[in-house]
Amino acid sequence: MLLQAAREKGNLAKIRRATVGGDTGQGGSMTGLRYESPPTLDAAVALLNNAKGLARVLAGGTDVIVQMETDLIEPELLVDIKKIPGLRTIVAENGGFRIGATVSGMEMVEHAALCATWPGVIDGVKLIGSIQVKGRATIAGNLCNGSPAADSVPPLAAAGAVARVIGPQGTREIAVAKIPAGPGKTHLGKGEIVESIFLPARAKHSGDAYERFTPRTEMDIAVVGVAVNLTLDTSGVVISARVVLGAVAPTILEPADCAKAIVGTRLEEAALEQLAAAASAACRPIDDKRGTREFRVTVAGVLARRVAQKAYDRARHIA
Amino acid sequence: MTTILDKPGFNPDRKYKIIGTSPVKHDGFDKVTGRAKFAADAFLPGMLVGKFLRSPHPHAWLRKIDISKALKVAGVKAIVTRDDFPEIKQGTGGGDMTRIAMAREKVLWEGHPVAAVAATSEAAAKAALKLIEVEYEVLPHVIDPVAAMQADAPVLHDYMRTKGVKGPDAERPTNIVERLVLSVGDADSAFKDADVIVEHEYDTKPMHQGYIEPQSCIANASEDGQVELWCCTQAPWVYRDRLTDILKLDSAKIRIQQSELGGGFGGKTTFYAEPVAILLSRKAKAPVKMTLTRVEVLKATGPVSGTHTRIKMGCKKDGTIVAADAELVFQTGPYTGSAFTNAPQAMFTRYDLKNVKTVSYEVVSNRPKVSSFRAPCVPQAVFGVEGVVSELANRIGMDQIDFRLKNAIVEGHKTIYGEVFTKIGFVETLKAAKACDHYNSPLPKGWGRGVACGFWFNRGGETAGTVNLAPDGTLTIILGTADVAGSRMSMSMMAAEEFGIPVDRVRSILADTHSLGYNRVTAGSRTTFSSGMIVVDASRKIIAELCRRAAKIWGVPEDGVVFEDGHCRPASSNVGDFTPLSMKDIASKTTYTMGAIAGHSEMNVTGAGPGFGLHIVDVDVDRQTGLVAIKRYTVVEDAGKAISPQQVEGQYQGGAVQGIGWALNEEYIYGADGRLQNAGFLDYRMPVASDVPMIDTVIVEVPNPKHPFGLRGVGEVPVTPTMAAIGNAIGEAIGIRPRSLPMSPPKVLKLIEEARVKGLGG
Repeated sequence: MLLQAAREKGNLAKIRRATVGGDTGQGGSMTGLRYESPPTLDAAVALLNNAKGLARVLAGGTDVIVQMETDLIEPELLVDIKKIPGLRTIVAENGGFRIGATVSGMEMVEHAALCATWPGVIDGVKLIGSIQVKGRATIAGNLCNGSPAADSVPPLAAAGAVARVIGPQGTREIAVAKIPAGPGKTHLGKGEIVESIFLPARAKHSGDAYERFTPRTEMDIAVVGVAVNLTLDTSGVVISARVVLGAVAPTILEPADCAKAIVGTRLEEAALEQLAAAASAACRPIDDKRGTREFRVTVAGVLARRVAQKAYDRARHIA
Repeated sequence: MTTILDKPGFNPDRKYKIIGTSPVKHDGFDKVTGRAKFAADAFLPGMLVGKFLRSPHPHAWLRKIDISKALKVAGVKAIVTRDDFPEIKQGTGGGDMTRIAMAREKVLWEGHPVAAVAATSEAAAKAALKLIEVEYEVLPHVIDPVAAMQADAPVLHDYMRTKGVKGPDAERPTNIVERLVLSVGDADSAFKDADVIVEHEYDTKPMHQGYIEPQSCIANASEDGQVELWCCTQAPWVYRDRLTDILKLDSAKIRIQQSELGGGFGGKTTFYAEPVAILLSRKAKAPVKMTLTRVEVLKATGPVSGTHTRIKMGCKKDGTIVAADAELVFQTGPYTGSAFTNAPQAMFTRYDLKNVKTVSYEVVSNRPKVSSFRAPCVPQAVFGVEGVVSELANRIGMDQIDFRLKNAIVEGHKTIYGEVFTKIGFVETLKAAKACDHYNSPLPKGWGRGVACGFWFNRGGETAGTVNLAPDGTLTIILGTADVAGSRMSMSMMAAEEFGIPVDRVRSILADTHSLGYNRVTAGSRTTFSSGMIVVDASRKIIAELCRRAAKIWGVPEDGVVFEDGHCRPASSNVGDFTPLSMKDIASKTTYTMGAIAGHSEMNVTGAGPGFGLHIVDVDVDRQTGLVAIKRYTVVEDAGKAISPQQVEGQYQGGAVQGIGWALNEEYIYGADGRLQNAGFLDYRMPVASDVPMIDTVIVEVPNPKHPFGLRGVGEVPVTPTMAAIGNAIGEAIGIRPRSLPMSPPKVLKLIEEARVKGLGG
């Protein structure tokens, strides 16, 4: 907590400095940055909705502050939602969990019931940054940052997670899978804020898993990420499955052929082969600084097999 | 006059009390508690913030810079451009330096400084930067050094002609700075005696030194032209002399104080923001602080040279290497200064070769000017050499270390650059490696094990320092050589050993440039050796003086007093029955003798003992993704004498870790537009802690007789063989030895597929 407070102070100091600079004059960023910390979600929505220039929601700040520091964005308004009561809770709801927008990654990782129910989602959360970064980062932020390589988004989508979004027109529920719109973009409208993310109840004999490929063991960005969420019957046959790929297209992908390849199987070799082929075939990656197209296509198949097996073993309680 | 260089007084039988222990470093507690004061931690009243405007283009004529709008921004106090720098002729050392600091005729890489603003806030400075209007005439650019060598490549400098060539090639404008031939014997003929010849081409990529502390400085130019400069540097005196050169200042008018250093590794041997901050301060009449961002560090400082090499070596069936031949291309950035000549001198030096031919080229291209890094330009060449050596050993069916032992050089060897070695420890290092646990442990199935050797000259050079004795008998040591890795503690230890007092009675500090004579840069693994020589010399002067004072106090002849364990004692009972005088006894009463006692020494230190090392590494390769995991790593190296074994270990481990990053993932990724795409630690993939195993170390001690305690430099050898050893291990695992850095998953996966097709490897 002390560290968090210190960090917070550091960030705010930076923001204040920017504002002071802004007071002195003219042109460019000199119009200044406004920092607001509204007491309610409605007030936050109003602030965002009335913003003239670029406005950003500040939760953990692990993306926004870094983007500001590296001059990638120059927001006119930062709306800090951390002081809004009720957003920093994980609540059991209808057999599932509702995770508030300002719940940190570490708070999820340390929530035993959540970890036991949705281990694949936690796989994704655990891979975000370091422990220190996860002490601030939120999954709502991970989602709203719009990166196709976000580690928590594929397992959330595979889990059928639903975001509750509050905006000028009221509240709506939207599947997490439907929010990404391309690198840095979401399908959220002006003034809309993700209030919480709901992970549903689980059927018996279910398991999920997420893995990513990175050249380094941590503190890296997914070159490819694969999430699998599946449910078995009592004999070990997959009766439903969702397979979601990250970092291989402008948004996450959920290729129907991947799920098809394993539903009705016990993940026999042929099924896994088919899954790998379907995953590779679905990729629409780019060559970039993080990996080549060819490599991503190959590794998507490799990971899909591995992750499906892991989810399957979890469903059978052998891992 | 006989000096300590002639008579170091090394005694192999001496029993040490302090040397060989590992006390906590002077900077240790402050660094782990966050209290250490790095350059960016300094503040002065009224200080302004300085920010750079940098070129977005890799190559362009700089036609016009209009700062008039930017100057009107509230809070802006000064703007500096090329017009503020004295003109120095292009193609000279000073001419290059001034143009690296601030673009003049052309911008030559993306990130080349074009202007700088000093303002009362960062926001004001940034706003002003946006209002500076720059007119560029964009030119075609070239990034890769081999492409830059081609006849149709865009030429960076019209005036450049290749040094070391004759004929029509010498007349043309070119990007090839120099062609250097260094040879011994007759390699071409000698290959006829070889039973096995191996020849391959290799390439390595530029890597950044990766210091965590970005460059930062505060310049304060006073009304009467005095300049004070606080900065993080490995080379305060070098900075001073170069700054006086390009800013046309007297040395007496610029005082540089080095801060605590947050990593340098060679990258802080040259300045970036410092001359600009001085000019800004002069114009603004206020102190100016400039701290580079990480993006700026990656786009505009460092890195080390990338290379293309061709290596050919041949041996007889009995393992004798008969000849070696190498062609080497070094990328240097837009200006010369890669220190590439180290490579042909060091790349084969450890093997007793009678016939060697090397041809080296240094080439300019549109990327940041390279800077020094541990053993500059040598690891890149060794990546190929040790690959060839390992393949030769495999081809004749000889154990890897036995093969190297068969060809190992010993005392008396004359190197390709003419030095005749005194006592060296290469054979002892190889034998220690062969006997170590790692080399003798079974290799788990599917893993690969590689070994490789490296050499570094180790340097001496101009060094000055002072030791002061305080009235309470404690000592302060004033050093000019920057402490990049704990050398202050090593100096305190050497003094404590010499005086026979506890090490906590000694404290070392780092001087500013007004306080001592010229000190060469901390580089070349020279500091513990060279400043150590100075400290011991100064200590001995103090001891002699203490004996003189004791003799005076006792009224006996000077040779009637001896000094041991911190006390002056009568040399024998014949001298008289005197109670021994402690350092405090004498120092607290200097009012009554001849005043304060201090020892000073300055010299051009010689006698640095060369260093040799061998690395052993085990890797596991994911056959489906090409991911390489370093499973076990051992560094075996001769330290001569480890003053502080923990610090020596730290050097061995640090070198290996930096080499692991260079080997596996670090690379600069440029777009077709010549802009760097991965200027941040997220995508410039240095290893994180969990990427590296515990690096085991074996400290071999073959004393260097030219040093009072036998030490050799240890900072650079540990990176020289790392990439080669890892490459060899991967080759053993997958059947094909990678020849291109980084050995990243996509490239290794391709080799795995190639090996499958060819039916090689596991």
